Amino acid sequence: MTSLPSLPAPKKIGLVIDLDVCVGCHACVVNCKEWNTGGYGAALSDQQPYGADVSGAWLNRIHTFEVVPQGGEIVGEAGDARIVHFPKSCLHCEEAPCVTVCPTGASYKRAEDGIVLVDEDKCIGCGLCAWACPYGAREMDVAAGVMKKCTLCIDRIYNETFEEVDRVPACVRTCPANARHFGDFADPTSDVSRMVVARGGIDLMPEQGTRPVNKYLPPRPRTALADMASLPLAENTAGAKGFFAWLDGMLDRI
Amino acid sequence: MHPAPSIILFTVASGLGYGLAIMLGLGLLDPQALATKVAHVLSLVLIGGGLVSSTLHLGNPRRAWRALSQWRSSWLSREGVMALATFVPLTLSATLALFAGRHSLALDLVGAVMAVATVWCTAMIYASLRTIEAWHTPLTPACYVAFSLAGGALLAAFFAALGGGEPRGPALAALLLLGIAWATKRAWKRRVTALVSATTPETATGLGSIGKVRLLERPHMTENYLTHEMGFRVARKHAAKLWLIAVGFGALLPGTALVVLLTGQGDALVITAAALACLGFVLGLLVERWLFFAEARHTVMNYYGG
Repeated sequence: MTSLPSLPAPKKIGLVIDLDVCVGCHACVVNCKEWNTGGYGAALSDQQPYGADVSGAWLNRIHTFEVVPQGGEIVGEAGDARIVHFPKSCLHCEEAPCVTVCPTGASYKRAEDGIVLVDEDKCIGCGLCAWACPYGAREMDVAAGVMKKCTLCIDRIYNETFEEVDRVPACVRTCPANARHFGDFADPTSDVSRMVVARGGIDLMPEQGTRPVNKYLPPRPRTALADMASLPLAENTAGAKGFFAWLDGMLDRI
Repeated sequence: MHPAPSIILFTVASGLGYGLAIMLGLGLLDPQALATKVAHVLSLVLIGGGLVSSTLHLGNPRRAWRALSQWRSSWLSREGVMALATFVPLTLSATLALFAGRHSLALDLVGAVMAVATVWCTAMIYASLRTIEAWHTPLTPACYVAFSLAGGALLAAFFAALGGGEPRGPALAALLLLGIAWATKRAWKRRVTALVSATTPETATGLGSIGKVRLLERPHMTENYLTHEMGFRVARKHAAKLWLIAVGFGALLPGTALVVLLTGQGDALVITAAALACLGFVLGLLVERWLFFAEARHTVMNYYGG
């Protein structure tokens, strides 16, 4: 059934992605592919994996952006540019447009926890849901002819044969920088809810009206290089004490 | 957006087929004439062929029947249901015309209304997508319906010229509908030209508060499904030329031919003019449809620097 659940879900599980912390190592991308190619549904196929024009289905990708401060045309003109690594996977939207356009009922949003899934046995591979998603979260598996998307590692998070610490999505478990967090947004006391409040978590493309569950934490303000001490750090002697302070002063004088 | 040839063919062919069915339903042609019977068959062939063509781009065409189930929420499903349902009155009308040489007004009107609704549903598949701002307007279904009616009237004029009756009536209707269709399309295009996108790399990344966002590195060095599907560029580069070609073949050529048809004398001239008008219109419409897909910009390209 491709109508969205009529009642708000009792649980709203999803991810918080911290753009201040992500180092762009692509470990989550690789672990996502590794886990999901052998997990839920059809394998994530690659086309020409060893050829020149390699392509394939991925459920999580990292883009890297350069942010130039207001007033600058080129990097460095109006202050320091920032490089922001930007992991992107399905946001499990509350008003998921990919679900309602599906003609077959393959695409659905779970009423119990809000995960958006594809029933691959019903998918005809028309690709309309990928057109309806503003974020590019859905990619066709060209070999299987069905649409693939992030399942929030549904086969990990509820897997009771796993230790508690492993019952999180593969991307969260693998992140060496701790930039990805998993939890329930319906619970205001959960870690993810508190992080969103503390850091001003944002929605991507709010103008699209999708009400994404996943939130992004914007990079923290950074001290501009120009505001730091003018001397190179190696020559800054402000903190010297005792003998070295005396020596510093003497050497300055002669 | 990537213009799958099967989708372009489907929207053009089924649009023409439904347009012709509507004109037949309005009784523009003599039901006794052989040309009218051929027209009935052609309209069903165009619709059926278009539908079959539309399944060609599916990853799993053998499950296509499932697409009839979600009509409560999905325009694609509604389109499928309407297309199948419309076959009932249209096939009955065609049977009456083929074997009894007559038409039933009530049946024809039901068929005509359902045909308009089906074309509307087809266009709503695209118009309902907020991610493609160029399409997300009521002008999109208006264009689809107007082009369908104009194409149907042109084909009706051709079959009338072939011996189905007096071609001047359908030709006059075709001229009028052609004018309306291109005027609607011009309004659609003006809207697209003036469109300021609400979605930018800044809203897409949420980094607008820091500054201007520019893509530094794509996730992968090579193209992927998303850039193939949403980032088609060839037609965008030549959009201005292609638009002129579409207008030349789809509007000016049929318009001129229809004026010649209306003012000229002699069967050969009338048939040639009607045939040229139809041919030009179909070519122009194929280019127009190609542009419709290829020129459309998808919000996901904000993540890919395009």
